[in-house]
Amino acid sequence: MPDLATLSDQLLITTILLYTAAMLAYGVEYAFGRRGTVARAAVRERVLVGAGGLPPVEVSLPSPPEGSLPEAPVSPGGPAGRTVPDRSPLDYVGGLAVVLTVIGALVHVGVLVTRGIAAGRVPWGNMYEFAISVCLIAVVAWLVVLTRPKRVAVRHLGAFVMLPVVLLLGLAGTVLYTRVAPLVPALNSYWLKIHVSAAAIATGVFLVGFATGVLYLIRDAYDRAVAAGRVARFPASLGARLPAAEGLERTTFRVTAFAFPIWTFAIIAGAIWAEAAWSRYWGWDPKETWAFISWVVYAAYLHARATAGWRGRRAVWIVVLGWATMMVNLFGVNLVITGLHSYAGLQ
Amino acid sequence: MTAVSEVLSTQPEPVGAPPPRAGLGATARRWWRQLTSMRTALLLLFLLAVAAVPGSLLPQRPLNPPKVAQFLGDHTTVGPLLDRLGFFNVFGSAWFAAIYLLLAVSLIGCLVPRIRLHARAMRSAPPPAPRHLDRLPVSSAPALATGTPAALAAPVRSALRRRRWRTVVRDLPDGTVEISAEKGYLREIGNLVFHVALLALLGGAAAGAMWGWQGNVLVTEGSAFCDSTQGYDQYTLGRQVGDSDLPPFCVRLDRFDAAYLDSGQPSLYAANVSYGTGDFARRYRIKVNEPLRLSGARVYLIDHGYAPILRYTDRYGQVFSSPSPFLPSDITTMTSDGVAVFPDANQKQGETQRTPNVEVAFEGVYTPTAPEIGPKVRSVFPGERSPGITLAAYRGDTGLASGIPRSVYSLDQNQIQTGKLKMLGAKFLRPGQKWTLDDGSTLEFVGTREWAGLRVDHDPGQDTVLVAAVLMVVGLIGSLTVRRRRLWVRLAPAASAAGTGTVVSTGGLARTDPDTYAEEFGRTVAEIAASMPSMPSEKD
Ligand code: HEM
Repeated sequence: MPDLATLSDQLLITTILLYTAAMLAYGVEYAFGRRGTVARAAVRERVLVGAGGLPPVEVSLPSPPEGSLPEAPVSPGGPAGRTVPDRSPLDYVGGLAVVLTVIGALVHVGVLVTRGIAAGRVPWGNMYEFAISVCLIAVVAWLVVLTRPKRVAVRHLGAFVMLPVVLLLGLAGTVLYTRVAPLVPALNSYWLKIHVSAAAIATGVFLVGFATGVLYLIRDAYDRAVAAGRVARFPASLGARLPAAEGLERTTFRVTAFAFPIWTFAIIAGAIWAEAAWSRYWGWDPKETWAFISWVVYAAYLHARATAGWRGRRAVWIVVLGWATMMVNLFGVNLVITGLHSYAGLQ
Repeated sequence: MTAVSEVLSTQPEPVGAPPPRAGLGATARRWWRQLTSMRTALLLLFLLAVAAVPGSLLPQRPLNPPKVAQFLGDHTTVGPLLDRLGFFNVFGSAWFAAIYLLLAVSLIGCLVPRIRLHARAMRSAPPPAPRHLDRLPVSSAPALATGTPAALAAPVRSALRRRRWRTVVRDLPDGTVEISAEKGYLREIGNLVFHVALLALLGGAAAGAMWGWQGNVLVTEGSAFCDSTQGYDQYTLGRQVGDSDLPPFCVRLDRFDAAYLDSGQPSLYAANVSYGTGDFARRYRIKVNEPLRLSGARVYLIDHGYAPILRYTDRYGQVFSSPSPFLPSDITTMTSDGVAVFPDANQKQGETQRTPNVEVAFEGVYTPTAPEIGPKVRSVFPGERSPGITLAAYRGDTGLASGIPRSVYSLDQNQIQTGKLKMLGAKFLRPGQKWTLDDGSTLEFVGTREWAGLRVDHDPGQDTVLVAAVLMVVGLIGSLTVRRRRLWVRLAPAASAAGTGTVVSTGGLARTDPDTYAEEFGRTVAEIAASMPSMPSEKD
C-alpha cells in the first residue's frame, strides 16, 4: 500500500515542475512571438447573416476602437481577419505550454485526490490545502479562458497566470505545509465543503482577473508612452506584445464580475456555518473582517466601472487592490493575526 | 470611447435637473444629490474598507478583552489615545457606524428614484425607432420581403416575443410599421433587489443587536443552569432586552464526550444534555456544529475542560468535596490550572466563634496524561490516559470572607504575599491517592468530571439577514448576467414589379455589454428574417 500522503507531496512537486515548464514555454512564445499572432484574433469580422428566404443581411458592427487593430502587419499571406493556418515553431511552443498546463492540472488534481483519500475527507481542511485548491481553480479558469475562441488571443500570456500560481504553490509547499490529519470537530461540517470550495473558486477566479488586470495596466502604460512619443520603459515595455487594452479591461471585468457573486455566496455560507459553530453568523473575526474588506473593495470596483471618470485605469487598480486584500486574508491573517479561523494547522 | 459607453450603465437617464433656486432648500438639495451620487457611494465604500482594517490589526474588546489590556499596558502613550478614539471596538465605534449609516442613507437616496424610474420604464412601451437605424451601433442593411408591412408585423413580433423581447408595434401615417423591442428589464430589477436586500440585511443585523442577548456558563457533568441573568457566569443583553425577556428553561449536562487522535488532535466533542421548562424531560447531544435549538434561544458547546474532584477531610473528620473546574492553560494538551478552596474547613462543630486562619486551599495543575518521566506539571496528551494532579496546599486566610468578588480559578496572591495564606507543601497525586497534611487532615484526589462551556444566544434578526443575503446573491446574479438590449424593426412599404413588398431594416442598441450584442443581434435578425416570406427572386 503506497503512502498516499507522501504520494500527494511528490505529486505537488511534479505539478510545480510542470507548471514551471509551462510558464517557460508560454514565456518563450510571449518573448519571441510576433505581434501579429496576438492581434489577429482581435479583429472582428463583419457578420453575415443569411437565413430563411431573405437575402443575406449584412450586420454592421461598431468599428473596433482604436488600439485593437493590429499594429503590425499580420501573417505575411493575408489581410487581418482571415484565419490563415500558419504554424510557426512558436505555435508549437505555445501548444506545448498548453499541453504542459493540462498535464500539470491533471497531476494537480491528483495532489488533492490523494491528499483527500489519505485524510479521509475533503482536501481543503487547512490553509495548505486551501492554497493548493485555489491554484487549481486558477489554472482551470485559465484553461477555460483559452478555449473561448472569440476572445482576444491570449495564449502567450500564460506566463503571467502561471507565475503567481507557481509562487503560491511554492509558498504552500514550504511555508504553509501541514501534515495530513482529519478535521478538528469545528471543521467537521458540510458547510465546510460548501463555504471553502466557494471561497477557493472565487479566489482562483479573482486571481485570473488580477492577472489580466495587471496586463491591462502594463498595456495601458505602454499605450500612453507611445501616444506621448516616449519610449516605454520596463514594465510598460512588456505592453508591446500584449493584446489591446480594451479587451484586457473587458476580460478583467468579466472574470471579476463572475467571481464576485461566488465570493458573496462564500461569505454567506461561512456565516451560516459560523452560526452553527460559533453561535453568531458574524463576529468580526480577522478572517471575516478581511473577507468583508475584499468584498467591499470588489463592490467598489463594480461601482467604479459604472462611474464616469473611474472607468479604465483607476477601476482596474481597484482590482489589484482587491487581490492584495485577498492575499492579506490568505497569508497575513493565517500567519500573523490569530483568530477563530486558526484552522491553518500551523503552530 | 464613443457614445456607446455612455449608455453602458443601466442607470436610468437623469430626470432634467430642476431649475436652480436660491436658498436653504437648494443647498440642501445639492448636498442630497451629492450624497446620493455614485461617486460618494464609491468614496464611502472605500472608507468602509479602510475603517475595517484596524479592527483586524488591533485587539478588539468584544473578541479578546485581555489582549486589549495587554496592549494598553505595552503602549502607554498611543494606547489610551487609540482607546478614546474607539480603536479597540472598531465595529461598535461611532465613526464606523457613521460610515455605514451614511452609506445606507446614500443607498436609500439612490434607490428610491431608481425604483420609481424603473417602475415607470417597466410600464411604458419601448421607445420609438430612431430615424436612422443604420447609425445605431448594430444594424442590418435594408432587405426586401413579400407582403405588406402590416402583414409582416405579426410574425416579426411573435418571433421577438418567443425570445422574450417586450415589443410594441407602431403604425405610422405613411404605412410604415415600426416594431420597438426591448429586453433585459431583469437586470435593473436584480440590481435593485440586491441593494434593497443589502438594506434589509443591515436592518436585520441592527434588530439582532437591539433584541438579541447572549449568556455564557460553565457547567460540570451532573449540574445544571437555568436561563436567567443569575444563571450565567457572564451575559450581554441587547438594548431592548430585559431580564424577564429570557425564556425560562434549564439545561443539565449529563455527560461530556471527547475523543482524540493519537496525535492529540481532537476528533469529537459532544455534550449530552437534558433540558426543559420546569423539568429535564428532553435530551439532546450538543456537538460543535450542532447546537440545541430551542424556540427563542440556541445553546452551543464552545469550550470544555476537566474538573478534578478533591475530597478534603479536615482535622475534625468533616468531609468537603466538590468538583472544581480547572481551566486549560494549553488546549492542545489540556494542561489545566485551578484551585479548590475549603473556607469552612477545620471549624470545630458546635463552636459559635469562628476559628481564624484555618481555611484550606489547594492550587495546582491537572495533567490528563502526566509524562512518564520528568516534572509532572505539563500534560502530554489531552485525553485522560494517565491522569494526575500536582497540588500545593495552603492554610490560613484565603480572603474569601472579605466578600470581595474574585476569581474562582486562582488564589489571591495578595494573601500569600502578606503571609496570611501559607503554603504547606506540594504533592503529585494519582486518582485515588491520599495526601496527609501536617495537621492530620487528608486530601484525596477522587477523580475528575468534565465540564462544558456553553453559550446561549438569541438573535431575532438572523433569519431576516439570511433571507436578505440570499436575495442579494440572486439579485447580483441577475444584475451581472442579464443584458439590456433594444432592437427596432422598420417595415416600410415598397412597390415593386413583383407586387407589394416591404423593405425591412433593423437596428439595435445595447445598454449593457455592447461588445457581445453584435452576435446576439445577428442571430435575432436571422430569426426575424426566417419568420417572413421572401420576395420571389429573379431566377424564378
Ligand atoms: C454597502 C454599500 C453598497 C454595496 C456593497 C453595493 C454593491 C453593488 C454591487 C455589487 C453592484 C454590482 C451590480 C451591477 O453591476 O449591476 C452594484 C451596482 C450599483 N450600485 Fe451599489 N452598492 C452599495 C451602495 C450603493 C449606493 C450607496 C449607491 C447609490 C449611490 C449604489 C448604486 C449602484 C448602482 C447605480 C449600481 C449599478 C451600476 C450600473 O449602473 O450598472 N450602490 N452595487
